[in-house]
Amino acid sequence: MIYAQLSRLSRRHVLAGLLGCLLVPLGKARSADALPEKLVPLIRQATGGMLPQVGRVSLILPTLAESGHSVRLRVRVESPMTPQAHVRHIHIFSEKNPRPVIARFSLGPQAGRAEVHTRIRLAGTQQVVAVAVMNDGTAWMASAEVVVTAAACVEGS
Amino acid sequence: MAKARIKVPKVVKRGAVFEVRLLIRHPMETGFRYNNVGQKIPKNIVHTVRCVYNGTEVFHAELFPGIAANPYFSFFTIAEGSGELECVWTDDAGVTTSERVALTVSE
Repeated sequence: MIYAQLSRLSRRHVLAGLLGCLLVPLGKARSADALPEKLVPLIRQATGGMLPQVGRVSLILPTLAESGHSVRLRVRVESPMTPQAHVRHIHIFSEKNPRPVIARFSLGPQAGRAEVHTRIRLAGTQQVVAVAVMNDGTAWMASAEVVVTAAACVEGS
Repeated sequence: MAKARIKVPKVVKRGAVFEVRLLIRHPMETGFRYNNVGQKIPKNIVHTVRCVYNGTEVFHAELFPGIAANPYFSFFTIAEGSGELECVWTDDAGVTTSERVALTVSE
């Protein structure tokens, strides 16, 4: 009986199944990259309505932070930084902090390089998002996931 | 100890991009903490930082409680000429502080 069913398995079915196997992990990866719901209105406000495209921004954070009180953050944007094409603002957002906006940096062609380093507070393991708004109105973003063992700014601490 | 430290290279070539590092001494009270008798410690954050190099603004930041205590920043700018780099910041208590550093630009 089983053998009879197997013989009915067409090449089309096998190919569809294989394709399905490929798509399942792809779909999962995409959902992990998705923006936290809470940040969407804040990001829209920062960019003037649109959602930024992923790319051109690199956000460097440790994958594991022992303490959330001070976490090194580096953000770099690919831009020639000329009067014709430069980065206007860099926004840093956190998914779980009580104040989701962490900082807003304003840059211009006089910066020469679109790169800022700072230290941030993180209230627990979460996603951090950096959004760069260019002078031509386009917006780009990058996000990073940080595992925090001891959180900062927890109420009552 | 000084209220802040600004680090720039000793000598920069004209036209070169150089790094400025700024460390401000400030508790950056979030307003979420309580003292030992259960009263809320009022929020006191450095909310604006501006750095001006020979009259041109080269760095501007708006800060929120998510910035760590004793805020540290590093940014870049182009060496236009010898002169002065001044950083000015204001906190929620209304205190404005500034710190300046001399910069030497070689030809």
